This record gives sequence, structure tokens and C-alpha cells, in this order.
Amino acid sequence: MAAAAVGVSGTMVPKIVQAASKGLKPSVIWLHFQECTGCTESLLRSHHPEIEDLILDLVSLDYHETLFAAAGHQAEAALESAMKANAGKYVLVIEGAIPTKDGGIYCKIGNKTALELAKKCSENAAAIIALGSCASWGGVPSADPNPTGATGAPMVLTDKKVVTLPGCPANPYIFLGTVLQFVTFGTLPALDDKGRPLFAYARTIHEDCPRRPHFDAGRFAQQFGDEGHRQGYCLYKLGCKGPATKASCSTMRFGDVDAWPIGVGHPCFGCTEKAVGFRIPLHETVPIDRPTPPDTYPAVGAKQGKVSPVATGIAGAVAGALLGAGWAASGKLGEKSDEKRKED
Amino acid sequence: MTTHALEHREVGGPLMTPAYRWLLLVVLLGALTLAWRFVNGIGSVAALNNGYPWGVWIAIDVVVGTALGCGGYAVALLVYILNKGRYHPLVRPAILTSMLGYGLAVIAVACDLGRFWDLWKVPIFFWRWSHSPQLEVAICVMLYNFVLVAELAPAFLEKWAKSSNSGLASFSQRTLKVLESGAVWILALGMLLPTMHQSSLGTMMLLPGPRMHPLWFTPWLPFLFLVNCLMLGYAIVVIESVFSARAFRVHHDDDMVAAIGRVAMGVSLFWVAFRIGDAAIAGKLPLAFSGRGWFFVAEIVVQLAGALMLATDAMRRSPMWQVRSALLLIAGGALFRVNTYLIAFQPGAQWSYFPAIPELLITFGIIALEVALYIAAVKRFPILSGVTETSSRSHA
Amino acid sequence: MKVSRRSVLKVLAAAAVSTAASAVPAIARERKVAPAKAIGMLYDSTRCIGCKACVAACSEANHLEPDRSGIADGLHLAPVDLNGRTKNIIKFCQDGEQQSFVKSQCMHCIDPGCASACMLHSLHKNERTGVVEYDPQWCVGCRYCQMACPFNVPKFEFHKALPKIVKCELCRHRVQDAAVAGADGFTRYPRGQGPACCEVCPRSAVIYGSREELLAEAHRRIAESPNKYYQGRVYGEKELGGTQVLYLSHMPFAKLGLPEFGDKPSPDVAYTVQEGIYRGFIAPLALYGALAAMVMKNKKSAESGDGAKGGRS
Repeated sequence: MAAAAVGVSGTMVPKIVQAASKGLKPSVIWLHFQECTGCTESLLRSHHPEIEDLILDLVSLDYHETLFAAAGHQAEAALESAMKANAGKYVLVIEGAIPTKDGGIYCKIGNKTALELAKKCSENAAAIIALGSCASWGGVPSADPNPTGATGAPMVLTDKKVVTLPGCPANPYIFLGTVLQFVTFGTLPALDDKGRPLFAYARTIHEDCPRRPHFDAGRFAQQFGDEGHRQGYCLYKLGCKGPATKASCSTMRFGDVDAWPIGVGHPCFGCTEKAVGFRIPLHETVPIDRPTPPDTYPAVGAKQGKVSPVATGIAGAVAGALLGAGWAASGKLGEKSDEKRKED
Repeated sequence: MTTHALEHREVGGPLMTPAYRWLLLVVLLGALTLAWRFVNGIGSVAALNNGYPWGVWIAIDVVVGTALGCGGYAVALLVYILNKGRYHPLVRPAILTSMLGYGLAVIAVACDLGRFWDLWKVPIFFWRWSHSPQLEVAICVMLYNFVLVAELAPAFLEKWAKSSNSGLASFSQRTLKVLESGAVWILALGMLLPTMHQSSLGTMMLLPGPRMHPLWFTPWLPFLFLVNCLMLGYAIVVIESVFSARAFRVHHDDDMVAAIGRVAMGVSLFWVAFRIGDAAIAGKLPLAFSGRGWFFVAEIVVQLAGALMLATDAMRRSPMWQVRSALLLIAGGALFRVNTYLIAFQPGAQWSYFPAIPELLITFGIIALEVALYIAAVKRFPILSGVTETSSRSHA
Repeated sequence: MKVSRRSVLKVLAAAAVSTAASAVPAIARERKVAPAKAIGMLYDSTRCIGCKACVAACSEANHLEPDRSGIADGLHLAPVDLNGRTKNIIKFCQDGEQQSFVKSQCMHCIDPGCASACMLHSLHKNERTGVVEYDPQWCVGCRYCQMACPFNVPKFEFHKALPKIVKCELCRHRVQDAAVAGADGFTRYPRGQGPACCEVCPRSAVIYGSREELLAEAHRRIAESPNKYYQGRVYGEKELGGTQVLYLSHMPFAKLGLPEFGDKPSPDVAYTVQEGIYRGFIAPLALYGALAAMVMKNKKSAESGDGAKGGRS
């Protein structure tokens, strides 16, 4: 499934396995900053491949605070040695936002700020992947009023190419697909202007939404639990951000259980979009940038143009008044003329 | 009463009367609406739509407005072509109304043109000229405005020539001489151009072809428009001379107005006969008694009523009947023009149009401006001819 | 002082000089023909499923601001008709048992009324492709084209302070390479350069190609199923002198908003009259000369003698 995510055909799978089993397992260094570890948790629950296959067979996970057996100075030493040993070859994964306020003191690991760690670890990285919305653009920690000045890895590592995989949590298959492509071919997927792989972030939720026919037919749930909601109508009016959110959720579900917010009757939250997630209130609707036709049709002779009865009245009154005034005034003329004729 | 040489003179008197202030208020309202239109687009003030792209601004302000501005043209034809010199006193006020009528049209056009800022290209880029009848109208009307200025300029120059400012005085005297030497060609142009563009106003509405009501879709439309504008021109001269004579108490010659009324009647009757004849020959008359055909009936009946009011010599001499007849002739003649541009144009049953209030405000504002300018001009400049109130009354 | 009946008639006669020519259309207007490589479209209502992919594709390809006015909540691209934001639309028509979709856009007339109306050729026919094109820089926004188009196609941006005319130009802005013979036998541009509506149509209900090819195709379809199409006729083959967009339908064309106009091009009458009067600009010049001569003859008496005597007695 992860191979399918990057768009390689079935015949490529042996090649992936082969490349991975040649002992060329790339070193992965995984940093946790301001976050909830939801992205890791999500990854742990993926099955195609299983996480153990990934970390035992496909990559060499040299530093990961959640999955590490080691702790304290031992762990920090592992990080140092992995960076030294695989300089220029390791993949750096960043999970979590990086606080920048007050010198970045709001997140420290081994007495180093997240800012320092990110900069140091990225120096010799072959590829940098920002996993989840927090690492991609700040996520929850950057929500207003953002007391720690939290921001995403691309904003800190401005001189590096950072692959961002926003999502709260990020879809593990997008991550696996990106990593496997790098492992197999040594390349990164095509990215959009925000560093997101186009294979997963080229289209909006709305474009592939299973509830889309209801949208086109104008059938909307108006409030939670109403008849339309039960019938599975479109959730747009409940605040669904699908039309403004580029993500693969409507085609590639989470954690192999085929459950996702819109699927269970909750509007999309727009978690992948910096401008939407944690910014626009949950139940506020978003504008639709490029709307598509509904499933209704205008008639050939649809009525158009309007006639204001008030304007009609005014125009009639003015025209009448002018004619009347002219008539009346001409009547006066007649009298005067008679006088004058007498004078003459 | 003594006979004395007739001369053009200003009427004088206070300008800012209460009625005049009301007039200016209407102008102001129109101007504000106009400003709104230029900021927010035509759709923000007008009920114009993609079915009826032309509304009152074109049909009334431009098409009827220029026809009412044909007084100068119509009188000039009488004076200079038919050599009826006695009507000469009517020329100058008629030219003033012409200028104002055409000025009205120009303001309305500027308001109606969506891309008015490109209008300057029309006379300049002559190698791009098409055969569009509207191009002919546009070029002619632009030129005609200059001709009208040249024809009316003496009224202002005569006053300035006596000015204490020696520079202005000598400039005015020199310009008067130049105008005098080119007068023949200017006058001829002043008759040629309306002949051209007034007929082309008719040709213009031949282009919608299949979308026109058959009663108004006749190859004679240009001729009908031309004759119609003469009729409207004479009628407006009648009204204008009667009313200004009353309002400003200047000399009023009932005989002359009666004669002009007679011309108007004749032209009108000719027009009606031609209109009916043309429709009859084309076999379209039965259409007159259904649907929009009734507007055809209306334009004929109203004009006939106006013409018949002048049937007897006594009625022709009564200012009351002169004005009433002229009003009806104008109503009927204007109706023909509005019919052609709005009623006969049928974009389809699904479309409807009636001017919106702001759209009307602009039209009212332009008309009020015209009236205001006319009053100001005749009060301050030598336009009307005859004797002023005091001398007239004292001699009467 | 009287104005004789004769002098009134004289006025009218003088006035009639320049218009008289209109009564005698000496030279009938030449019937125009489509350029040899004229590009057109063929729409077959029996194939259209009303998916409106062409509406969305047109809006996008022409960078049009979406028109949401058709449905109250404003969420859809829902124009009611062609307008300042819509160059192409699918409408629905029901007439008793019969029903049909119909596509509306510019018909690209062989002798277009709009181009005849246009003062500076802002709207003009491309000499090679026959597409009726619009160059805003020569447009003054007079909307005479809207009056003159028999199909009510050119639309105006009434909602804008700096408006333009909006109409289908057969996606000419997308064309970069020359059209060549396509694999399907029709003249084709490379993909992405042809009319967006035709390229996106899933059932080839609307196709493009040279007018000749499309006309042949239309007649082939009629011959193939003689009873399928209304009157076995191609709308646009002869209507108003022919259009480059052709229609096939199972319903009466008039019901689909395609009136029965006859074969005469819509600008014919106006042009015969206009050219009759202004051919070579001879009549106006002659009239000018005549007027000047009469003014010269009459000016003196008109302004002095007669005029002053008429003052008051």
C-alpha cells in the first residue's frame, strides 16, 4: 500500500524489498519537538508494511525517542554517533513544532533547544521530512496566541529542502511512501510549493469526497443529528473544510480501519492547511474557490432581468406630471394669448 | 407700437430662483448617481441586462435627445435651403437647444459606454473603421458638436467682443471674423451631418434584424428617422419659442410660430402617411393590432392627434394649441424612437427590462442640466431675439 | 406669411436625397463564405448526457470568475444563462415527452452581426480560422454587438467598473501550434490547445474540427439513422448564411433556443441600406456640395432682408 501511495506499480515491489534488503538500509534520525506523538502512534498502527518491517528490515532507525530502548546520555550519544557515521546519508524526520520565542527555550532535549537540534541534525542530512502539521507549519502549538512562537521546520531550516507531510496526524502511508521512494530510488517525490508530495496533496478533500454527490445535488446536513445528517448528506454547512483542504483523506484512509472524520459524520477540520486548521473555527464554512456545476440545469428560457415596481411607479408619475404640467401650462398660455390678442 | 430693428439680446434677471434651485438639486442627484456608476459599474445603477443591453440612456437620452436637438437643423433647412429668412430669429435659440440636446446625448453616451476611456480611439484610428452604422453616427455626432459650437459661438463672442478686457475683446472680434468667412461651409455641414447621422440612427436598428418586430424592421427606417427628427425639431422650436417668450417676456411672433407649427404638422402627416403606406405595402399592417403592434398604433394616433390640433388657422395661432400640438407631436415622435430602440427589440420572452431608479435619476439629472443651462444661457447671453419686457410692455 | 405645401415637400425632398438610395439596393450584398480552414464545433444533443464537464472546463480554461448566481446558497458554478462570467452553458429543455440538453456558446457565424456592429473591429472574424474574436483594446463598451447578435451571445460585464465583452472565442488563447489532421479524422490541435469543452466532453457530444469535416460528419450521422434527427437537418449549415458551430438534435431546434431565422445573414438589410447610401462616400459629398451652394445663394437674404422685416409689424 505504501508503494501504491507513491505510485509505483506492483512489479516494483520486489525491487523495493531487494534494495532494502541489500543492507543499504538508510539511517533514520527522528526528532520529537512540541507535539503529541500522534504521528508516531499513527505510524505504529499501520500494517502495509508493518512498522516492525519498516524499522527492522527497511531502515535503520538510529534515533527515536519514543521507540528507543536507550535513555538519557546513552540516547544522546547514539544520536551523535549516528550523525557522524552516516553524515550526508541519513534521513532526518522531524515530528513536532519548533518554538522560536526567547531563543527557543520552550522545548529542550538533552539541554539543547529544539532550534539548535533541528539546525544541527539537518546539516548533514540527505533528506529532511517534516511529519505532521506541527513540523510542517506549526500545527496546534502555533495556534493563537502561540505563546512559544512555535513554527514548522521549513520556516526554521530555510536553506534546506524540507518535505512536509502535514496532517493531524499525518497519514502514515504518505510517510512510508515517501521514505520507500527515497530508500529505493534515492529520490524524493514531486512536491508542491509548500513542500508537500503531489501524489497525496494535489487535490482537495472535496474533489474526491464520497459525499460529493450530495453537495452537487444541494443536499446538506443543516445541523448535527438532523435528518440530512442521518442520511449521510454533505457536511459543508456544518463547517466542513474539505473544499479548502488539500489532502488524500478521501481516497487514502487512516490506519487501515477506513475511518476518517467525514466518514463518521464530522466535517473536515482542514488539519493539513496552515490557513485553515486551528485557525478557522470548527463550524465556520469556507468559501469555495472554483465551484463546479450543480446537478441541476437552467431552462432554455429561464426568466431574466427584473422590473422594479417602484421604479415603474416613479417613471409613470414623472412622465404623467410632465405631460400634465405641459398641458396645464399650455392652458394658461391660451388665456394670455387671448388677452394679448385683444391688446393687439 | 414702434417698429425697431430686431436684435439678439440677453434676457437678464435673477438666475437663482427657487425653481432653479430645485432644478440644480435634480442635477446634483444625477451627478452623484453618475459618480456611483463610474466607481461601481453600470450594473450597480441600471437595470440594463444582457438581454436588453440598451435602455433609457440610449433610447431616450441619445436617440430622442438628439432628435429634440434637431431644432437647429430643421430651422436651418427652412432658412438657408428654402430661403425663408423670416425664421432667422429662431435659428440661434434653436441652435442652443440643439447644442444642449446633443450635449445631453454626449453625457448619456459617456455614462452608457462601458469602456468610455477608449472612445477617443474611434475618431483617431480611422484605418480600423468598419462599416457599422453606429460608427457613422459616432463620427457625425462628434463632428456635429463642433459645428454647433461654431454656430453658437457668435452669441458668446458678440458679448465678449464688447468686453472691457481688451485681450478677450480682440480675440472675440478676430474669431467672429473667421467664423463669418467660413459660415457657408459650417452651415452646410450643420445640415449635412444631422441628415447623415439621424438617418443612420434608423439604419442602426436594422442590424438586430431577426430580433426586431416586423413593424419596425423596414429598409425605410433611416428615412423615417430623418423625417421624424425634422418633425421633432420643428415641434421643439414651437414649444421653445412660445415658452421662452412667456417666461422671459421677449417678443413673440404668433404668426411665425403658427407657420412653423404648420410645417411640423405637414411633416408629421407626411411621416404618418409614409409609415402606414410602407407597412401596408409590406403587408405588415395586421400585426399592428396585437401585442407590441399596439405601440405602432400609438405612435401614429398620438402624432395624428397632435397634427389635427393645428387643423384650423385659429388653432394654429393660439399658443395654447400650438404647445399642446407640439407636445403631442413630440410625444408621438419620441415614442417612435423609443419603440424602435426598446419595444420593437425582442431579445426573447424570458428577458425583461424597465429602468431602475438610479438609472432614471441620471436621465432626469441630464435633462435638468440641459434646462438649467438653457435658462442660464438665455438670461446671460444674447440668444433670444426681440425686445425686452419693459420696452415690449411699454410699447404694447 | 405662409409656408406653402410645396416648400414643405421641398424640405422632405432635400432630406430624402441621401436616404433615397436605400430604396434601390443597387448592388445586392455579397454572400460571405467560411474560410477554407474554418474551425467549428458540432454538438449532438442525442449524445449529450448533461454532465456539464464542458461548463466547468470552459470556466477554468478561460479564467472566468465563477458565476454562482443560479442557486441561492452560492456554492456552485451555476449560471442561468451565458453572461459576463459564462461563455458556455448546458441548459435543459422539456417539451411534453421529449427532453434534451442543449449547449450554448458563440455560433461563430460566417457573417456575424456582432462584428458588423463593431465600430473598430474589436469583434472580428479571424481570416484563417473564422473564429469571431474579441480584442478589448478596440472596444468602447457600446454593447451594439449585443443588440446585433441574433443568438444573444456576446455578454457584458455589467458588474464591473472596467468591463469587457465576454464571449466564446473557441479557446483561441490556448492555441500555440497549427492544427493538423487528427487520428480521428478531424482537424486537431495538440491536446490542451483545442476548445476546452470539446476536449473534456466524455461522450464526444461536442467535437471540433474544420467546418467541412463536421458538416460531413453531421450528414453521415443523419444518413446512418435517418429518423433520429429533427427534420434530418443540420442547424447552422444554412441558418443566417451559415454558422461554424453546427447542431444536431432530436428535438425541434426552436425549443432549444435556436430560432428558425431563415437563410439570410442578419446584417444583410442594414448593410444593403448603409452601403447603398455611403458607397464611395459620393452621396454625402454631393449633398454637402448642394447644401453649401444653396446656403451661399440664400444666406444674405435669409439673414438680413426677409428676417428683419418678419420681426414685427
